[in-house]
Amino acid sequence: MLRIENLTASIADKPILKGIDLEVPQGEVHAIMGPNGSGKSTLSYVLAGREDYEVTGGSATFDGRELLGMEPEERAALGVFLAFQYPVELPGVGNANFLRTALNAQRRARGEAELDAVQFLKMARAELKRLAMPDDMLKRNVNVGFSGGEKKRNEVLQMAILRPRLAILDETDSGLDIDALKIVAEGVNALRGPDFSALVITHYQRLLEHIVPDRVHVLAGGRIVRSGGPELAHELEARGYADMAAEAA
Amino acid sequence: MAADTETIDTVNAVTGSGYKYGFETVLEMDLAPKGLSPDIIRLISERKQEPAWMLEWRLAAYEAWLKMREPEWAFVHHAPIDYQDLHYYAAPKKKTGPASLDEVDPELLKTYEKLGIPLKERAILAGVEGAGSNVAVDAVFDSVSVATTFRETLSKAGVIFCPISEAVREHPDLVKQYLGSVVPVADNYFAALNSAVFTDGSFVFVPKGVRCPMELSTYFRINARNTGQFERTLIVCEDNAHVSYLEGCTAPMRDENQLHAAVVELVALEGASIKYSTVQNWYPGDAEGRGGIYNFVTKRGACRGARSRISWTQVETGSAITWKYPSCVLEGDESVGEFYSVAVTNNHQQADTGTKMIHLGRNTRSTIVSKGISAGHSSNTYRGLVRILPRAAGARNHTQCDSLLIGHDCAAHTVPYIESRNPSAKVEHEATTSKIAEDQLFYCRSRGLSQEDAVGLIVNGFCKEVLNELPMEFAVEAQKLLAVSLEGSVG
Repeated sequence: MLRIENLTASIADKPILKGIDLEVPQGEVHAIMGPNGSGKSTLSYVLAGREDYEVTGGSATFDGRELLGMEPEERAALGVFLAFQYPVELPGVGNANFLRTALNAQRRARGEAELDAVQFLKMARAELKRLAMPDDMLKRNVNVGFSGGEKKRNEVLQMAILRPRLAILDETDSGLDIDALKIVAEGVNALRGPDFSALVITHYQRLLEHIVPDRVHVLAGGRIVRSGGPELAHELEARGYADMAAEAA
Repeated sequence: MAADTETIDTVNAVTGSGYKYGFETVLEMDLAPKGLSPDIIRLISERKQEPAWMLEWRLAAYEAWLKMREPEWAFVHHAPIDYQDLHYYAAPKKKTGPASLDEVDPELLKTYEKLGIPLKERAILAGVEGAGSNVAVDAVFDSVSVATTFRETLSKAGVIFCPISEAVREHPDLVKQYLGSVVPVADNYFAALNSAVFTDGSFVFVPKGVRCPMELSTYFRINARNTGQFERTLIVCEDNAHVSYLEGCTAPMRDENQLHAAVVELVALEGASIKYSTVQNWYPGDAEGRGGIYNFVTKRGACRGARSRISWTQVETGSAITWKYPSCVLEGDESVGEFYSVAVTNNHQQADTGTKMIHLGRNTRSTIVSKGISAGHSSNTYRGLVRILPRAAGARNHTQCDSLLIGHDCAAHTVPYIESRNPSAKVEHEATTSKIAEDQLFYCRSRGLSQEDAVGLIVNGFCKEVLNELPMEFAVEAQKLLAVSLEGSVG
């Protein structure tokens, strides 16, 4: 379970998160919605451990362990995964090699046996097939020459292979057509289960038709201003953020 | 310097001997007195049981060297080298090294461990007293069959692969014909020095139409004896012959010889191809750059025949100073020259490296792919020359020079020279400079990779085009080496 308490963070001395309180119980998928500049991406980066963001107070624990002091790779080994809004290109680094190196690094950190190339490829191909992605996805260099949609799908493929226990999806739906959106949603839904929780960050309600969240939270001005069931997303769609943010203030 | 001077001075004092009594009788170790003179060269030649013509050749090189000056154009800085303060001949009979691994720099041992080098080999590489002889015995037992099979297979194919000193004695006509034909004795200061005093190196001869049945590696030879300070290598492929030659070792090699000046000559006749791969990891000095090797190397290949091909691939991670420009002289029509290079500098290392592609024949083609990686306080320079001569109609060159910077205190320089004297030639030059981006590192780390593994992965990706040119097992070792060389360079 992810528990965030009174989390504050700033970038270049500018406060962005102004006291976030949030609980995502094990096995649940929560959505975070909010207008541009509300702190959605900052929250996801802070949880994943990006250095440019300074945590100024509060805590974020996963399974009772404080995340905020950990290195990004330690969080990954614990099972935290961030699907990037803008996935990064790694020229010359093959996707399969990248993923196997990452998976084995995590497994090593957890004291599990590493996978050899054959075991890994077998597993990775099965995931590709399940996600209806072409085989060459593994051969290509990480995100190099990928279209926007392909990059997002690659994030979902990575998630499927790394099998996190907490996935944070940072606007994974942005720039996706409806078919790609479905693939992304199926990727997340396939992982849903008692030992998987997710924080789905999105600007639009559209994604939440395909990944139906247990709870929806509205982030505005660096705080959670409202929480509710899936119906809250529909309400937002109808009323817009401005209204709700004003109401909260 | 070349040998432990204190020991030698002591021995000299005790025995009261000068060099004139020769090596064998008075001094138990094979060691010439300091300094370079015609007498020393005669000594070397005598010690190597060389024919008279070889001695004459050396003396001529020495005369030329005396009239030359050390080049100053390279972008490297070092204290002046006192050439009279070196020993020019020291057979590795007795070495004074650390008594056990406990006395070896722990940093070096850690590196060996990371590269997965067996304990026994670590001791040899670190120059531990006695380790060489133990292992040499084992190595003889272990490798008798390997070496024998190896020799048999080669001789069946008609390939000659032996130490250059043996070739001078056993195959004088071949050596006479080709030695110095690509790198003339007076080519440059360091080549002239090498020509005067070289004591070791390899000779390879692949006769007409023969494809060498295996990759030739100096590894087999080096295990038996230490590499010399002035290595000389000569590889000749007759018409339609092929060979792939591997030089070097991924393990950091300790050596008391601070100055290294090797010469490598390649000759490819009609339709022949030579692939020369190097992994160079000489001791770079400590983090402050003290005690590292100065590596001044002249490597050149001549594509003499039509449709011949010479390909240089190098991964350079070691040495305090690297001065090295493996080149191709494309004489034959439609001949091809290639240069693939990765040069890594960290801490206070300095590398000035690149290539020369001289297009003489028609429709000659050359490709240059250079990847420079600088970290720490190091300086990394690519220096290249593409020269198209008037007869080289239809000549083509493509050059790709990429530099990757890690950290804020390192430097990368690109110095390309292009001279085209034929209007039908096509020369392309692309260059990029980039830094490892924070977002790349964070992306990798968010997937579970440590900072160092992330740097290794990104750097290996950057070098992929070059690593792909290396023979398979060498490539795997080189990948590990790149990661290890850059440890601690970020964050």
